[in-house]
Amino acid sequence: MSEHVKKRFKRGNIPVYIALGFASALSIFPFYWMFVMATQPSAAYNSIPPTLLPGGMLIENFQKVLNTIPFFQAMWNTILLCSVVTIIVLLISSLSGFAFAKFSFPGKNFLFICILLTMVIPPQLGLIPQYYLISQLGWLDTLFGAGVLFLLNPLGIFLMRQYISESVPDELIEAAKLDGCSNFRIYRSIVLPIIKPAFATLGIIVFTLVWGEFLWQFTVLRDPSSYTLQVALASLNNSFNVDFGMLLSGVFWATVPLVVIFLIFNKWFISSITEGSIK
Amino acid sequence: MESVEKQQHVSSAKESRLSEKKKDMLSGYLYVAPFFIIFGIIGLYPAVFSIVLAFQEWNGLGEMDFVGLRNFTVVLQDPLFWKSLYNTVIIGLMGTAPQLIVGLILAYFLNMAAVRFTNFFRVTIFMPYITSMVAVALVFGVFFSSNETALANYVIGWFGIDPVSWKTSEWGAKFAISLMVFWRWVGYNTIIYLAGLQSIPKHLYEAATIDGANKVQQFMHITIPLLKPFILLTVFMATVGALQLFAEPTVFLGSSAFTRDEAMTVVMYLYRDAFSLGSFGTASATAILLLIIIVGAAALNTWLTSGAGRRKKGA
Repeated sequence: MSEHVKKRFKRGNIPVYIALGFASALSIFPFYWMFVMATQPSAAYNSIPPTLLPGGMLIENFQKVLNTIPFFQAMWNTILLCSVVTIIVLLISSLSGFAFAKFSFPGKNFLFICILLTMVIPPQLGLIPQYYLISQLGWLDTLFGAGVLFLLNPLGIFLMRQYISESVPDELIEAAKLDGCSNFRIYRSIVLPIIKPAFATLGIIVFTLVWGEFLWQFTVLRDPSSYTLQVALASLNNSFNVDFGMLLSGVFWATVPLVVIFLIFNKWFISSITEGSIK
Repeated sequence: MESVEKQQHVSSAKESRLSEKKKDMLSGYLYVAPFFIIFGIIGLYPAVFSIVLAFQEWNGLGEMDFVGLRNFTVVLQDPLFWKSLYNTVIIGLMGTAPQLIVGLILAYFLNMAAVRFTNFFRVTIFMPYITSMVAVALVFGVFFSSNETALANYVIGWFGIDPVSWKTSEWGAKFAISLMVFWRWVGYNTIIYLAGLQSIPKHLYEAATIDGANKVQQFMHITIPLLKPFILLTVFMATVGALQLFAEPTVFLGSSAFTRDEAMTVVMYLYRDAFSLGSFGTASATAILLLIIIVGAAALNTWLTSGAGRRKKGA
């Protein structure tokens, strides 16, 4: 992208364009088809050849979704859950990252290795005791119960340590100390403004992780009023005679916000993947 | 909990006038403390509890009964456990191996200097990753519905294949689930490989061209070896992810998820033991077996991948 040479269309590359175009079409088709089915009656599904153009039932199908699951409640629950978890994880990670990057204290390296090791523990190992713990605390069917597991984010600490040690100059911290700044003041007024881009990266990672996670939310949230989007959507598929138009209408409206956000901020999304996994 | 610690620090700070160094030390511990406190409660304690539980008989309510290794023998003698492990491995292979290969090819194409519109292709190919697993499973669930008129049946009809009852046949269910895993993750791997390809210095290729190496030789001897860290990363993550498969089959199969065995995975088996059958002991034993399998498979796959790279380099 940074190259200034204008790329020219070469005839020899036509097979490459065909392959990439095919991959793009297959990537997008389910999104389009989801939209088509969300505007069609369930019967359209049985037509041969298949229906590939939108119909007029966009509103009716969504009305049926609203009659079946508490869609807006679930949407609100999900947004609230994702936002609060993301903010807490950003705070915890940046504070720890700051400490690991700029302070020296005995056992620092050992503690950091411990954090990295916790990444290896697969989430299901503790599933049953975690469920038991949450039920003992009375947090089943609450967003507390659904969210608490996601507060643990070793990758976040790792990313923040990396970013802070690279982009916050030691001299700046020394100067602030000479001026009598407390460590927390340094964090708030010097570190935080510098690490905003890292917040965007980690924020996207955490937000999308919590948005899409299923196993834990499905385990903890059993009461429809506490459903998050994923659990609510899954419950649409639980009867033997599913109305496909309604089902895909629910999926469509739950996916639209994320697709819009993605299309606007796609550069950040894509760089969050490479930064999150390659550092 | 934090404020208590803070108070302790503050009071101890008053007792002896602290040097700058000591203050930093205290801030350091204070700032890393939240992670360890949370980890202790919802990470370490459940992990230890799980190991204890694997040797008990417990339904989550009454007394625990120590039963030694019986939970493990019960699980290991259960044909359904082996079936679920078999399903997990088959779906894992069918869903991840093509994903990594196709991802590599697409990344190679996107990285070609003369190809235009790469940003458009990159964004569209990555887009499936932002959908949730539940959404993907539901869309593919309709696409691969068991109706004879399912769109998937229409498509295979072009090739003269008879309609398949996707959700209730051994290979139909596995194929549909593998395909949705493949669809969602190809773009993700493409992006990682693309970042890897862009990190390879261009002059290496120029030098190889001068030495008379063709494109295939350049790919095998420059691209693959230098891409190895990225390939190892994706192989590792795909292996771990595949063995933890839960959302896709559960949502795809809907109401019959825990009663049929064509696509039951190990985590679904574990979940069913704990939350449908109330047998927390055998479920915990399964969790530990799964942990051992994941560590073993991840080690084996990373070892195989790095070995393959080494052989190619030497050849």
